[in-house]
Amino acid sequence: MTDILLSVRNLRVVFPHRHGDLVPIDDISFDVKKGEIIGFVGESGAGKSMTGAAIMGLIDDPGMIESGEIWLGDVRIDQLDAKRLIKIRGKRISMIFQDPLTSLNPLKTIGDQLVETILTHLPVNADQAKRKALIGLEEVGIDPGRFNAYPHEFSGGMRQRVVIALALAAEPELIIADEPTTALDVSVQAQVLELLKKLCRERNASVMLITHDMGVIAETTDRVAVLYAGRLVEIGNTASLLSSPRHPYTRGLIASTPSVEHGDISTHLYQIDGSMPRLDALPTGCSFHPRCQDALPRCRLRQPEVINKSVACFLYE
Amino acid sequence: MSKDKSLINRFYKSDFFYDFKKSPVTIVSFVVVLVLILLAVFADLIAPTDPFDAKSLNLLNGFTAPMEPNAFTGETFTLGTDDQGRDLLSAIIFGLRVSLFVGLTAVILAMVLGVSLGLLAGYRGGWVDSVIMRAADIQVTFPSILIAMLIFGIARGLLPPDLRDELAITVLIIAIGLSEWVPFARTVRGTTMVEKEKEYVKAARLIGLSGRQIMVRHILPNVLSPVLVIATITLALAIIAEATLSFLGVGAPPTEPSLGTLIRIGQDFLFSGEWWILLFPAATLLALALSVNLLGDWLRDTLNPRLK
Amino acid sequence: MSKREFISIDRLSQRFDLSDPWIARVISRRPKQFLDAVDNVSFNIEKGKTYALVGESGSGKSTIALTAVGLLRPTGGSVLIDGHNLYDRTQSQLEHRRIRRRLQMVFQSPYASLNPRWRVGNILAEPLRVFSLADSQSAERRRVHELLEQVGLSISDAHRFPHEFSGGQRQRISIARALASRPEFIVCDEPTSALDVSVQAQVLNLLKRLQNDLGLTYLFITHDLAVVRVMAHRIGVLKSGRLIEEESTESLIESPQSEYTKMLIRSAPRIGRATTGTSFP
Ligand SMILES: Nc1ncnc2c1ncn2[C@@H]1O[C@H](COP(=O)(O)OP(=O)(O)OP(=O)(O)O)[C@@H](O)[C@H]1O
Ligand SMILES: Nc1ncnc2c1ncn2[C@@H]1O[C@H](COP(=O)(O)OP(=O)(O)OP(=O)(O)O)[C@@H](O)[C@H]1O
Ligand code: SF4
Ligand SMILES: [Mg+2]
Ligand SMILES: [Mg+2]
Repeated sequence: MTDILLSVRNLRVVFPHRHGDLVPIDDISFDVKKGEIIGFVGESGAGKSMTGAAIMGLIDDPGMIESGEIWLGDVRIDQLDAKRLIKIRGKRISMIFQDPLTSLNPLKTIGDQLVETILTHLPVNADQAKRKALIGLEEVGIDPGRFNAYPHEFSGGMRQRVVIALALAAEPELIIADEPTTALDVSVQAQVLELLKKLCRERNASVMLITHDMGVIAETTDRVAVLYAGRLVEIGNTASLLSSPRHPYTRGLIASTPSVEHGDISTHLYQIDGSMPRLDALPTGCSFHPRCQDALPRCRLRQPEVINKSVACFLYE
Repeated sequence: MSKDKSLINRFYKSDFFYDFKKSPVTIVSFVVVLVLILLAVFADLIAPTDPFDAKSLNLLNGFTAPMEPNAFTGETFTLGTDDQGRDLLSAIIFGLRVSLFVGLTAVILAMVLGVSLGLLAGYRGGWVDSVIMRAADIQVTFPSILIAMLIFGIARGLLPPDLRDELAITVLIIAIGLSEWVPFARTVRGTTMVEKEKEYVKAARLIGLSGRQIMVRHILPNVLSPVLVIATITLALAIIAEATLSFLGVGAPPTEPSLGTLIRIGQDFLFSGEWWILLFPAATLLALALSVNLLGDWLRDTLNPRLK
Repeated sequence: MSKREFISIDRLSQRFDLSDPWIARVISRRPKQFLDAVDNVSFNIEKGKTYALVGESGSGKSTIALTAVGLLRPTGGSVLIDGHNLYDRTQSQLEHRRIRRRLQMVFQSPYASLNPRWRVGNILAEPLRVFSLADSQSAERRRVHELLEQVGLSISDAHRFPHEFSGGQRQRISIARALASRPEFIVCDEPTSALDVSVQAQVLNLLKRLQNDLGLTYLFITHDLAVVRVMAHRIGVLKSGRLIEEESTESLIESPQSEYTKMLIRSAPRIGRATTGTSFP
């Protein structure tokens, strides 16, 4: 299977804690194909960012990958030493964060930051790097004339474009974008997502797009993975998952999303009652069972496995 | 009753207590401070003699070495005696009481002053803030001992001579208190500026609470943990400041000797061989100041989530 | 002007002074700088109805919200609440308090809007004490319990601290606090934009139910047009401090007039035909 870029197998991340271990990622497996955009949705605290952090080798102390494997092509990256990891990070995988200000150095011009990134990761000389940087800026729709501008001279949307240019500069194979547009207005969000989509297609790069917005998932991704309380509950082709969701949580999530196209003041939104359990108070069995309307007796006793690489629910066993 | 129990229970299970248990240095410091405080509070009951009772002093007992019987009277003193034949152990216990009393009261004064000014500066902003914080800036350019000496000097100049000794302790407290308010004010001002922008303060304004009510009821509880940390660290500073002033002869009078006064007396005899008169008060002072400071450091690390 | 209007905002302007301090300005010879965050905005809200303000970040939505509840004196124009001028300086203290009690607000951040050092019971009781709405301790406790139940929390939650609750539950507490003084008008400034969709639905449904039960009037602020669609009777579109379009919800979303509104609607992300948003499949 050569079209798989990243393969995550039975990943389990543990934070040792004196009242018992916290498990923000529990037995998650998925593949990212070359050139695809895969979305990760779920409520706050579901483990979306932690999944990205595990792949980047950026889990905070005292957390650690307790078991499982992460393969990038044919390199196993979850056990690499720090030096080799840094080489892969930035070169083969790069990351885009929610807040564009924190990922740009406020003291350096955007041009310098781009050139620097290119020089560290690509075998080019300074001139070639500058030329590449200028092209990079043009690609994200920023006037190359502003090469010497500082981050604070840009609006939020423009900064996020610079961040994208920076993330693409080293020509990575995988981009992990953690809520790249949450801080932006919808109109700017639409532009930024469009841009990300276009550039990744052109370069055949894969994207892991982390978001909690179903609309963003629908408009941007090819496949989508739904996380709940640290577990993968459903994964599949975006169009079919959205039109016929199977897991009760996914169904609820989609049904509770309001739409600009339908509804009026008399509309009662579908709501999933209750809230996602905290990591230190996970229920037994399926973590969704206290909120699930279709729960079966066994849901309280055992955890459902992901069936056919698609859904983790006893209704489909 | 059951509520008390659950409170104690909660404390045992809290992160605070857990952190405490994990740090042996902190436990030792805590025990040292606790013992010293108990000694000071129950000085009358614990001290073998009353060092202020002139009648019980026997000049013949002067300069008795620790644990050795006196050559003339045959009496033995655990820590020896000073030139006047005063039992050093008792003098230290009572000196500890003076030192701790001055230190604690001065810190409370500094805290009340600093917290009020800090709240005011942070909440009101504008010129109120400018005036208070410029005053603080000016004050920190001078060492606090210098300021304390200045205040002490002025107060002594103004007071009639017969009141001087009587009010010496009060003046000492005010002098140290006034010289230590700045760290409180700065920290509280910073936290206040952050808190007042939060929406719960808007909600309080919305129901018509006054600025003073918002500062006291809403913001104050949120600045208390950094204040507690500063108070502990300032206590160590205040105790040392008191000792320094007394050592320099501008602090506690010889009629109410503090640890600093005892050290000053002791240093006269260091080179004539009576080392204990200096050593024991100095060691007590060191143990007290160091333990309080270590406790303060630990509190700061524990209560500051950013460092964790 | 019909009699049924509860709040009427008339030619409201808010100009912020962004100038440097006087000395710095004189030294560098810069003129004063102003920002017209709100520029000549007028609209009315009928009693028992929801008026939504939409617009991008920085368009002046929160500024209008603060002005409408009496927290920010406007630099121009007026706010009339049921015929009383909210910023009338000649008003007596008592009259002012009386108007105040009728206005409340729910804020955006579920984290910053509750004092972390106060128990929920105290948070809810504070408005009761300030406006003397409970004559005894037991009356106060009863009202606090009633409020908790009204927003779907349990009575035992009164003894807990805000950090023990999830974001959605905190927003419920915020709403309960807003209801405590039995207001008639509540400004909701992006009450769900920090929440997850599944939780957002709970909070929106709660707000709608309360409006029905208590006859509340809402000024609802958001940048999410999908939310507006199910929440508002009328919509005003703000751009750089100006109200550029105002219509009933249905006609504004189905046939927007201005280019800006069209663009906003176009860029709203949508799931597509997969959802109806109205009922559970
Ligand atoms: N340093 C840490 N120590 C302990 N637990 C942590 C730590 N960092 C994150 N967690 C926990 O791990 C879980 C997953 O967090 P994560 O940041 O991945 O959530 P998320 O899905 O990205 O949510 P959001 O939408 O809020 O960003 C959460 O319950 C969080 O509390
Ligand atoms: N106290 C203030 N002093 C100076 N400028 C201010 C102040 N409050 C708001 N502004 C400015 O007024 C403009 C409008 O701000 P406002 O907060 O009303 O926007 P908003 O529509 O609520 O935006 P968002 O969606 O980001 O909350 C912004 O440019 C803001 O920077
Ligand atoms: S496993 Fe059971 S509880 Fe969990 S989602 Fe499926 S039906 Fe519901
Ligand atoms: Mg995250
Ligand atoms: Mg706002």
